[in-house]
Amino acid sequence: MPSYVITEKCDGCKAQDKTACQYICPNDLMTLNRDLMKAFNQETEQCWECYNCVKICPQQAIEVRGYQDFSPLGANVIPMRGTDSIMWTIKFRNGILKRFKFPIRTTAEGSVDPYKGKPEADFANLKKPGYFTTSKPMPVIKK
Amino acid sequence: MEKETCTFSFCAKPAVEEVETDLLLIGGGMACCGAAFEGARWANPKKIKITMVDKAATDRSGAVAMGLSAINTYMGENDPADYVKMVRNDLMGIIREDLVYDLGRHVDDSVQLFEEWGLPIWKMGDDGFSLDGFQAKDAGKVSLKDGGKPVRSGKWQIMINGESYKVIVAEAAKKALETNRAATGVKTNHYERVFIVKLYNDAKEPNRVAAAAGFSVRENKIYIFKAKAMVLAAGGAVNVFRPRSTQEGQGRAWYPVWNSGSGYALGLQAGAELTMMENRFVPARFKDGYGPVGAWFLFFKAKATNSLGEDYCAKPEALAEAKAKYGKYVDNLGTAIRNHLMMRDMKLGKGPILMRTDEAMAAINKTFKEKLGDKEGAKKVKHLEAEAWEDFLDMAIGQAGLWASKNVEPDKVPSEIMPTEPYLLGSHAGCAGFWCCGPDDLGAPEEWNKKWPAGNYNRQSTVKGLFMCGDICGASGHKFSSGSHAEGRIAAKNAIAFLLDNPNYTPTIKETADHLAAELYLPFEVYEKYKTYTTDTSTNPHYIKPKMLQTRLQKIADEYFGGISTWYMTSKTMLEEGLRLLQMLKEDTSKMAASNLHELMRCWENYHRILSVEAHARHILFREESRYPGYYYRGDFDLVDDANWKCFVNSKYDLATDKWEVKKVAYAQLVEDAAPVKH
Repeated sequence: MPSYVITEKCDGCKAQDKTACQYICPNDLMTLNRDLMKAFNQETEQCWECYNCVKICPQQAIEVRGYQDFSPLGANVIPMRGTDSIMWTIKFRNGILKRFKFPIRTTAEGSVDPYKGKPEADFANLKKPGYFTTSKPMPVIKK
Repeated sequence: MEKETCTFSFCAKPAVEEVETDLLLIGGGMACCGAAFEGARWANPKKIKITMVDKAATDRSGAVAMGLSAINTYMGENDPADYVKMVRNDLMGIIREDLVYDLGRHVDDSVQLFEEWGLPIWKMGDDGFSLDGFQAKDAGKVSLKDGGKPVRSGKWQIMINGESYKVIVAEAAKKALETNRAATGVKTNHYERVFIVKLYNDAKEPNRVAAAAGFSVRENKIYIFKAKAMVLAAGGAVNVFRPRSTQEGQGRAWYPVWNSGSGYALGLQAGAELTMMENRFVPARFKDGYGPVGAWFLFFKAKATNSLGEDYCAKPEALAEAKAKYGKYVDNLGTAIRNHLMMRDMKLGKGPILMRTDEAMAAINKTFKEKLGDKEGAKKVKHLEAEAWEDFLDMAIGQAGLWASKNVEPDKVPSEIMPTEPYLLGSHAGCAGFWCCGPDDLGAPEEWNKKWPAGNYNRQSTVKGLFMCGDICGASGHKFSSGSHAEGRIAAKNAIAFLLDNPNYTPTIKETADHLAAELYLPFEVYEKYKTYTTDTSTNPHYIKPKMLQTRLQKIADEYFGGISTWYMTSKTMLEEGLRLLQMLKEDTSKMAASNLHELMRCWENYHRILSVEAHARHILFREESRYPGYYYRGDFDLVDDANWKCFVNSKYDLATDKWEVKKVAYAQLVEDAAPVKH
């Protein structure tokens, strides 16, 4: 299911130094055509359909169409990712619509404080099993 | 045929940035995020510098980039010794039990942290039905850490709302790196979009890792990271065998398409010993979309049958036939054996194999309505339907798209399942990877810990200072996402111990910056030198573009090393011919050509894939049995031969001579077999 960019909607992320889709794509597929100032997927056969470009696009300019190796035409799956949940709309080839909403996180974005309330590392335990967070002795294999 | 070299006569020289650090984390997936979190806490008071280098954006890099619908390894009330038994059974009897037990006793801490950081985890409601992460919070359900009861889809799995799983874990890792910057005064210690091509050993100590070289995928610049220790977690190998879908559909690999074997190639070129590289994983998944089947099997209790409605895992004649060849391993019906039995029916023309989602939903519908009445029952069924779709939407969105495009409503029609093309990995249900030092308190042979030649540091490879985790720490599968994070933490903590024990080491390499630049940029030089020779740059007798490099690799692997086209069948003669062709492909990599930075990355990724596949083929060739029926078969040794092969196969590659040494290493059982079931 390679992603594609809708010409009318893409603004090439004008205000930013790089496009959002280009920033996020785990496989370095999204790229900017500098003549047109529009993004595109430069290698559709390497697209995992992870939807990260779709979810991040500020213009909602990116969608996905099924891999034509095996997908009949006419369906689509569209997410709307918010700060704490995601809404999905699935349209079947025969027109059936399904909508789902799922939680994505229980804390505010950027609020993770990884060491808050955690012990300092105790170097007496450095060569023992367990982490800096471990308070109880680690189990061993019973014979 | 003459080899090409880069003298920057045709392509421009890149800028070179040298970065000196103490602990380098290569990769940005679950394992290295764990390494950053644990490592920084130990490093900060000692002013040890940690640097992470990721080929993508860490928020969405690695195997969890899309998200996940379950965490497959959470002990909870279970004993890690039982976890060892499960993993040993699924991996056909040969695992490093010390590493697996160690993982089991550590993993829950990571899962509990994920929940604390914001990952929504399903909880069991008072009525025995599941609550999603929000509902659980609203209902006042306590966290896992405080004894909250997760929803188990299997003995080891818990259900999550995991769309943002990686984003959350990355946030903690990035914050941890930030604390390390504050503690050490280093300005930058997190490099995204830098692809590591090769590791370099120390100029004075050949078996010690000293540097990693890579290039920016965004600008003409190479990076040389000099480090006193490294944690390597650059993933398994995908799209190494010709996939079932060969055009745009090849992107829909079951495992992440960007896992290019870099973890294996980087480590083996540095001389680290490999183990169990003959292992592979061939998951049976929903056909073409490769969506997960675990929740359907375990959570919804759906059955898979052949098209005649027969359970292919319960046929006496098939079981007897399998047992004659593969012995006791058939009894427990591990993943490989189930694949084997499925393929037997496919070869008999009894396909397509079908997941009976419709029957499962009908059964659930009936039970719920009987239990709760029509109205409440229907409500719960609707909730369950949403859960089934979420399973796809969290981790294989394309499968949802495929069902929609084929008008598949799972409560009305069954869906086809199919064994995929082979993948090389060590964190999911596979165990291909490096031979690593283990913990020294679990009764393992001292050769695996106290007498480890490179020093007794848990998860250190045979190369001094080079630690492995995630997909590439070998003989210890079934870590999955949580276990990879947990293992990254173990590796980083031990790397810190190594650094503190070796305070006076300064990494030096014999190669100059110019040498490294020339090595990394060779595909640019080749392209620029020859591109005008023909009227179309895609067809040129002087070079090979990365796409064709990959296509040729996939064809060799598929046809000679037991891919889909031979029903996973290979043999000595086939392997030897394939390796002969692979050698020529390897030689041709001196003529790989890139026209831009994206292609430069693809060239080196495919080089990494080639080396990973070579290791795989050499191990299969050495092991004269079929240890993993259903994943691959040696036609000349179509049996599981415990008398001769209940052992590890290890190998070592010598970069200077391009030679491999392969050997047997004795197995050691640490956890006793389960007591026989009394009837």
